[in-house]
Formats: sequence, structure tokens, C-alpha cells
Amino acid sequence: MEGLKQIKSRTLVLPNKDIDTDQIIPARFLTTTSKNGLGKHLFHDWRYHDNGEKNTDFILNKNQNETFEILVAGNNFGCGSSREHAPWALTDYGFKAVISSKIADIFKSNSLKNGLLPIVVNDEVLEELINNPNIELSISIENSTITFPDKKVISYEIDEFSKYCIIEGIDQLGFIQRNNEAILKFEEKREWTPR
Amino acid sequence: MSQIKPKTLFEKVWKEHIVSEETLANPAILYIDLHLIHEVTTPQAFSMLRNNNLDVRKKNLTIGTMDHSTPTLPVNNFKDIEIAGADAANQVRTMIKNCNDFGLELFDFDSINRGIVHVIGPELGLTQPGKTIVCGDSHTSTHGAFGALAFGIGTTEVGHVLATQCLLQRKPKTLSIEVLGSLKNGVSAKDLILAIIGKIGVDGGTGYVMEYMGEAISSMSMEGRMTMCNMSIEAGAKAGMIAPDDATYEFLIDKPRSPKKEAWDKALKRWKSLPSDEGSIFDKIITIDANKLEPMITFGTNPGMVIGVNDPVPISENDAAFSKAIDYMQISPGETLHNKPIDVVFIGSCTNSRLSDLQEAANILKDRKISDDVTMLVVPGSQKIKRDAEAIGLDKIFKKAGAQWREAGCSMCLGMNGDTVDPGKLSVSTSNRNFEGRQGKGSRTILASPSTAAASAIEGNITDPRRYIT
Ligand code: SF4
Repeated sequence: MEGLKQIKSRTLVLPNKDIDTDQIIPARFLTTTSKNGLGKHLFHDWRYHDNGEKNTDFILNKNQNETFEILVAGNNFGCGSSREHAPWALTDYGFKAVISSKIADIFKSNSLKNGLLPIVVNDEVLEELINNPNIELSISIENSTITFPDKKVISYEIDEFSKYCIIEGIDQLGFIQRNNEAILKFEEKREWTPR
Repeated sequence: MSQIKPKTLFEKVWKEHIVSEETLANPAILYIDLHLIHEVTTPQAFSMLRNNNLDVRKKNLTIGTMDHSTPTLPVNNFKDIEIAGADAANQVRTMIKNCNDFGLELFDFDSINRGIVHVIGPELGLTQPGKTIVCGDSHTSTHGAFGALAFGIGTTEVGHVLATQCLLQRKPKTLSIEVLGSLKNGVSAKDLILAIIGKIGVDGGTGYVMEYMGEAISSMSMEGRMTMCNMSIEAGAKAGMIAPDDATYEFLIDKPRSPKKEAWDKALKRWKSLPSDEGSIFDKIITIDANKLEPMITFGTNPGMVIGVNDPVPISENDAAFSKAIDYMQISPGETLHNKPIDVVFIGSCTNSRLSDLQEAANILKDRKISDDVTMLVVPGSQKIKRDAEAIGLDKIFKKAGAQWREAGCSMCLGMNGDTVDPGKLSVSTSNRNFEGRQGKGSRTILASPSTAAASAIEGNITDPRRYIT
């Protein structure tokens, strides 16, 4: 995972609320044993008709020649299953940030481990972003801010640890491993042992 | 003398598993007592172990099963099985290899213990009060019915647990859901949890661990409690929990992997200290009256779009998401859904595939036939449930009624193994998600209790089960 400090991109807007992980990537594409190449199945059943042809009305198919790194989605994005295939599909497609007014817990945690920045904004900001699609935003991860085209700057909240990991591109496993002493001590002094 | 601050069930389990406390800069390190794994969300985690030359830290705390991609038609051994596609077969093979290579216990095709991951944990007695339990699967919340802190994790975190037996976590908030009164005849735990999700919404629990309490919960069977906790994730909650009590201990006492003899006595003492203390404070409180509940069904494309089985679909103007959902479902605002023709009935999934669920459906189907227009699958949650059901003749009741009796697995809950609902077809399902295409591309799903599903199968349309319950 590469470190990420700044994202500058136009926004792709999916205004629907409660977009679940089955929409982000349907279950039948989960039979893979790798993380790679899932971008082609991203939003598959919205992107393609039953006969396999592209649904040209779907936003992702309308703007094919542009690359978008920022996805703006309606409230409660990423609800449903714990499949990490959802952020894998989004990052494989090229997204680096998702902005919504609420982002489901497991999806958020999975995103942070894959260099996909989940940003939660208030309803007002989300409405503005939804009503003004395809605008260029500049996201600073170091300052936790979003800069709009008119130079308006808003800040968003992000857990300090997650921020640090995203900026440095750090896999959190290393952090746990460095606490091995504490884990050993915990195991030793426990009053009961599972199993 | 200073008094000890009263603690909730969640707070007690959380505190007991802290390896290092959270600070502003760092999340807490939480120790995990039981790690359940299945074929879909683990291959990339094992690849990570291999790439980094790591081993599994506590091999006896991880248990594997195969449930999602596996066929539900009878299989004799792995060589002959028909798996839906080469990729799924490869995934199953990878699971077997990974568990072999790392020395982990796996319930393989020939194991009598194989079943849906959230069904076998309790069935074996591995799911116990006060444990921390995780799995790369969102419905891990099921195990909270025993007073465990159980939640779904992603594949990267599966790797963390394999390598360190720990997870990095921020402490969630607590939400108590008190259910007053008692459920009427013909109204089940499934109806209650659907009503709760309908009330608080599919994001109502986001950021919270929910604890269910009150008269209706303490008088509920362990199976019902599992159904409740199972669907906590559908309200966005991190986990659902229920305080352990005599019903919990009675369920666990004779299970193969529960503590025995002195270990049982010790465990019991510990478990009895777990329930939330008098006066403990929750971040949020919700109350629900069970007396008023009817059998519930969903009408839209998320589990929060819920109505009573006889109620009309609500009218919601200027709501794009609502319009999109009911367009997809091919229903109209104001319409009542009972008497709506259906094509498929699915009884199964980690929500409602336990013996009591099958019994509930069989009670209605006994000496009756399902409609000629309906295809019905009954898929037990585990091979043990299958055997137990056959021992009391439930399979015969289902087959005589015209339903298909299958091997254990997730099956039509998510249609990964080839058991799917065809595009446009309407299914009444005892599973937990009615998302667009969840049961197969273009499939339309109505979530309901086993009774409602069985009654609907007979009538060939959505039916209030109380017609068949005396
Ligand atoms: S039965 Fe359905 S919800 Fe449960 S584990 Fe299987 S796929 Fe997931």
C-alpha cells in the first residue's frame, strides 16, 4: 500500500443512499483468491445489462474517458457484508476516497487498510456535493481538509491512527506485532484460557 | 468508600480482552478468543501470511468450515462434487490447502460438523458467554446471543488475527434495546428483529454495540436470540449482545466443545458475572412493545423497508431511493402484498436454518402441499441439523409437501454456489438481506419468518401464517 497525502480529482456522484456491498460487488464475483482485478466487477449489475451490454445510462459508463479518484455517495455507504472485495474493487478501479454522510463500520475499517480514504461529512456538505457533481476537489489528508473549486475549505474528522497509517502507507499488522510483549503478558496472566 | 461504576455486558467483555488501552493516537489492542474462518474471505489473508513468512499464532483458536461456495446437492466426496464454476472449486480447494498447510481444524465435506459458520459455533459449544469472537463475515453478530462480543471483520483483519490473535479496535458506543411485553402466537424473533430494523433504520445502529433486553428477550429461546443478534448488522450495528442466563447455560451444557466438569463450574461462575449491572449507562436507549407486533415482511431492497404482513406499502413521495427500491421490487405504494404471487420460497441461512426454524415451517407444511407455481428449497444450517431433522421426520414432511431438501450451506441466501433465484422472480426468504440481486441477478426478495415463508409456499402468495397456526 502506497502512502497518500493529497487527492486531487473530479467527483463521481452516486446519490443513492444505503448503497450496500452487494451493489459495490455482487457475491458471484467473490470466488477469487486474489485481491487484484476486481475493478472490472465494480457496481457490476448497475454497469451492465442482463445481456452483458453496458448500461450507458449508468454514471460510471457515461464518463469512461475520465478518471475519478473521489466517489461521492448517498448516506450510509457500504452497508451489508464484510467483504473486503468492496474496497478492493473501488481501489482497483482507481478510487482513492469515498465521501458520504455516513459510512458503514466494517466497510470503513476495510477501506482504511487498503488506501481508500472514507470521509464522513455532514448532510449539508453531502447535499452540496451531490447537487454539484463532477467538480474538482482537493483533499489534504495531512490537514484533514477538503478544498472546493471556489477555494472554500471544510475540515473532516478522521481517527489519528488511521490518518497516520494512510499517509505512511503502513500496514497495521506491524503495529500489533510490535506489541508482542504485551500480548504474551496478557496471555500469561489471564485467569482463563479459551478452548 | 467509592463505589464501583456499574458496567454493561459489553463493557465487561471489552475490558477483559484489552491487551493495551486505546489512546488518542492509538486504537486498543483487543485479544480474540475464537476465530471462525470460511473459504470466501480468507485466501488473501493466508497469502499475506505466506508472503511475510508468518505462522498462525494460536492454531487451536481458529476453526474453519466451508459454506458459501459449496453445493447443497448431495456430495459423496470432494472429487465428485459439482461446484458452481472453476473459481468456486478453486476457492474451496484453496481453503483445504490453507488449513492443511497451517495446521488448522477444518470441517471439510466429509465432516459431520460442517455447516454455516454462524450455526456451527453455537452448535459445537465453541460460542460461549464472555468470549471475543470474530470471523470474516458480517453475521458474526449471531454469536452475541450467548453474551459474547462477536463481530465481522475484513480479510486484512483475518490476517491480523491469524498472525497475532489480536485486532486494533476503537471502543464502540452502546445502545440498549428493551423489548417490553411478549410476542403473540405466530409472531417470532424474526418478526421482532425486522420490526426493530424498520424502526431504527439500516444505519440506526452504526457505531454501536446493541444489547437486547426485556421480558420478550429473557423468555426467548437461544435460537430466537441468535436470529435477533444475527440481524443486528442489518441495522448497521457493530455487534448485538444478549446477557447469558439459564437458557444460555442449558443450551451449552451438553455441547461437545463446551467446558466440562470443574471447567464448567468455573466458567459458569465467570459467565454469571457478565450481565449488565443495575444502573449501568448506555449511550442510547430504545424501547419496543412486543405485544403490538404482527408477522413482518420486507417490501423493498433493504431490511429496514418493513411492514406488517397485512399492511399496505407506505407512500413516500420525493424519495428517490424509495422509488428506486419499489420499482425494482415491481410493487406500488399503497399496495398490500398479501396475495401477491410468489415464485420461490427459501428456508435457510444463518438467520433461520436451525432445527427449531425447520420445525416451525414443518408444523405448517405437515400434510399439506406447496403451490405448483412455487419452487421451495429447505437448506439446514449444518449437517448435524440435517441429521437431527431427518431423525424426527422433518425431511419427509418437506419432501411430501413438494419442497427440496438439501445439504447444509448458505445456498440461496447469497446465491454464490449456484442456488439462485432467476431474474425478476419473487422469493420469500428466511434469510437476512433483500438487497438488489442478493439471491441472484435481478432476483426480488421478501424477508420473512419461517412460518410466513411456509404459509406463503402453500398459498403461492404472501400469506399471514396465523391462518395455519392454531
Ligand atoms: S447464510 Fe447468508 S448471511 Fe449467513 S453466512 Fe451464509 S451468506 Fe452470510
